[in-house]
Amino acid sequence: MGKDNFPNVRMMQGNQACAEGALAAGCRFFAGYPITPSSEIAEHLSVALPRAGGKFIQMEDEIAAMGATIGASLTGLKSLTATSGPGFSLKQENIGYACMTEVPCVIINVMRGGPSTGMPTLPAQMDVQQARWGTHGDHSIIVLVAATAQDAYEQTIRAFNLAEKYMTPVILLLDEIVGHTTEKVVIPDASKIELIDRKKPDVPPEEYKPYAETEDLIPVLANFGTGYKYNVTGLCHNETGFPINDNAMIEKLIVRLTKKIVSNRDDIISNRTMSLDDAEIGIFAYGSVARSAQSAVTRCRAEGIKVGLLEPTVLWPFPKDEVLEMAKKVKAIIVPEMNLGQMAREVELASRCEAPILKLGRVDGNPILPDQIVKMVKEVV
Amino acid sequence: MTEEQSASKKSAVIRVKTEWCKGCEICVAFCPKDVLEMEGGKVKVARPDDCIKCMLCELRCPDFAITVE
Amino acid sequence: MFNYLEYVREENFPHIWCSGCGDGIVLKALIRAMEATGMSRDEAVMVSGIGCSSRTPGYVDINTLHTTHGRAIPFATGVKHANPGLKVIVVTGDGDATAIGGNHFIHAARRNIDLTVLLYNNYIYGMTGGQCSPTTPIGYKASTAQFGNIEPTFNISGLAIAAGASFVARADVYNAKQCEKMIGLALEKKGFSLVEILTPCPTAFGRRNKMASPVKLMEWLRDHVVSGAKWEKLSEEDREGKIRSGILIDVDKPEYTEEYKKLTEKLRAV
Ligand SMILES: Cc1ncc(C[n+]2csc(CCOP(=O)(O)OP(=O)(O)O)c2C)c(N)n1
Ligand code: SF4
Ligand code: SF4
Ligand code: SF4
Repeated sequence: MGKDNFPNVRMMQGNQACAEGALAAGCRFFAGYPITPSSEIAEHLSVALPRAGGKFIQMEDEIAAMGATIGASLTGLKSLTATSGPGFSLKQENIGYACMTEVPCVIINVMRGGPSTGMPTLPAQMDVQQARWGTHGDHSIIVLVAATAQDAYEQTIRAFNLAEKYMTPVILLLDEIVGHTTEKVVIPDASKIELIDRKKPDVPPEEYKPYAETEDLIPVLANFGTGYKYNVTGLCHNETGFPINDNAMIEKLIVRLTKKIVSNRDDIISNRTMSLDDAEIGIFAYGSVARSAQSAVTRCRAEGIKVGLLEPTVLWPFPKDEVLEMAKKVKAIIVPEMNLGQMAREVELASRCEAPILKLGRVDGNPILPDQIVKMVKEVV
Repeated sequence: MTEEQSASKKSAVIRVKTEWCKGCEICVAFCPKDVLEMEGGKVKVARPDDCIKCMLCELRCPDFAITVE
Repeated sequence: MFNYLEYVREENFPHIWCSGCGDGIVLKALIRAMEATGMSRDEAVMVSGIGCSSRTPGYVDINTLHTTHGRAIPFATGVKHANPGLKVIVVTGDGDATAIGGNHFIHAARRNIDLTVLLYNNYIYGMTGGQCSPTTPIGYKASTAQFGNIEPTFNISGLAIAAGASFVARADVYNAKQCEKMIGLALEKKGFSLVEILTPCPTAFGRRNKMASPVKLMEWLRDHVVSGAKWEKLSEEDREGKIRSGILIDVDKPEYTEEYKKLTEKLRAV
């Protein structure tokens, strides 16, 4: 059968799917710095963006790439940067700047093993806590995760939508396996893709205050060059965007930054589940590991072992209610992940001792295989 | 706003915005005609009639505190 | 009298700079140059890093972006690349631009992206209390060079020229008129343009180096800075210890955002 029979089905790498998803989301700016295993995102966009009338630039390092991404977003372009571990570390200060100034942007981190240069070509999930807490200071952030190339496509679109909706940087995590696996992606009809754009000011420039109080706690930042002249600073600021020293105002700002995300948990978090209803053993897995967990569940069920899977597609805010609910039902929760238990800690906290948490960590650069999970399930049984 | 004004009959109107003046003395030191003086940490227009309106004081005041018209 | 108030955010005055700090003199020169070049304020964006000098944008009534230490140029690159119709001015310090941000500085010059960079060189880290900077002269004191600095300095303008900037000028705040003129030329230049502006920091630099009074530092500038025309007439000997101001390079080269535009037009025509 010719490929024309399925015009909307394409084979692509997870990284390419991110690039295609970004374009579908309306992304028109990319700044990056090459790093394995994320470079294909930049390479694809270096071709596609100029063709689409968008802007691509390879910066001198990841700090610069993050800065340029934020600067571009302030002119109104949906902006993206992509990197991996070492580059993700370099971006942290400016990610915090985007949190503080509430400038929407998307950061894709295709995770490789660390610390340091670590394992450039091997998969890991070692940046899941850094994604949440990598930049200094109290802040809120949204972190999505992709398990397949299809996910990479869809989650990139969702990342832009959430960034624009909540005026915040959004991080999308892939692991090297997802980034480099070529598989089927069904491209939805463009008209069926829901796109969200940031709010525009509804007052004239004289009355405009970028950080004025809003009911939904989300500011309205005008695009630079549209007649709304205002100040943006990473210092604690008032509603006009100028630095302040007033303690009460500082507290109000810092609290709001977290509250605007946390109070919208239900809108943001998203999970996939498999056979959880009658499960006696729960698995909490995300990214490529969730795929191994799915086959482990299938195999265990075939043998009559009641196993279920909770697979978050948003890691932060953390799905704590869903974890607690699972913990109350099951005898134990297994958390397989390609690190030494970073999300297992969160699961432990959220489950409030309702069930024991069993870590299944792997940090040797190999994927976690279904066998390993099945074996652990049987040990628990 | 407390604006101190010292005008000469002929022309120069030198205004000092005292609450912005930080008393750095730059205007005083480089006035070619010795028009300005310090008083209580702020600049004072002592001899307005001598002013030749060279504008140097206004140009170099870091604090937007002195103007010449 | 020049009406500066029309261009500033008066509610933020008096500004935070110390008595006799040259940063206010630069700000005024910039405002006069903005007026002289007739730029649209709605379409002007000023981007700065962190430091005393980098507080400049807060006082100017245009689109202003106060970023992270050393990173003004990358943010500005994003703004300019995303919307080349905007006039993008970068305000930065010697530490901000040539220590922590040194890499961005040379790469923006190499790219020849249309940014106007005003680099306030006060030979010191002002904001953090007087630590040594890449331009603190040998033998001068800083809070982290209490026995006198032993490190050679950067020639900032020379660095920008070597990296590919299309316009580089040096100015100082004693010669405030010339400073205004150089900023004006830089604003009008298409491509990466730099004005290195020598400006006194009485608090963090002067006090440690027997020039505590702002007047002393202004006198130092008067006695050491020589404009281009005069410089040419000086003998090699007389140039010793003096600093040349004025235009140092002014060349026309392909500008980044224009080259990018050409590329996209070519691709989209196919
Ligand atoms: C990443 C980071 N490192 C250090 C600092 C602290 N810091 C703030 S301003 C500054 C130096 C400023 O010196 P300069 O750029 O020369 O500007 P000036 O204050 O003299 O105008 C430093 C080191 C910071 N804000 N961020
Ligand atoms: S205008 Fe010139 S002469 Fe007049 S007060 Fe100012 S510096 Fe002195
Ligand atoms: S230069 Fe300005 S701030 Fe300094 S003493 Fe004169 S008026 Fe005051
Ligand atoms: S510390 Fe120096 S540079 Fe900073 S405001 Fe004071 S005089 Fe100016």
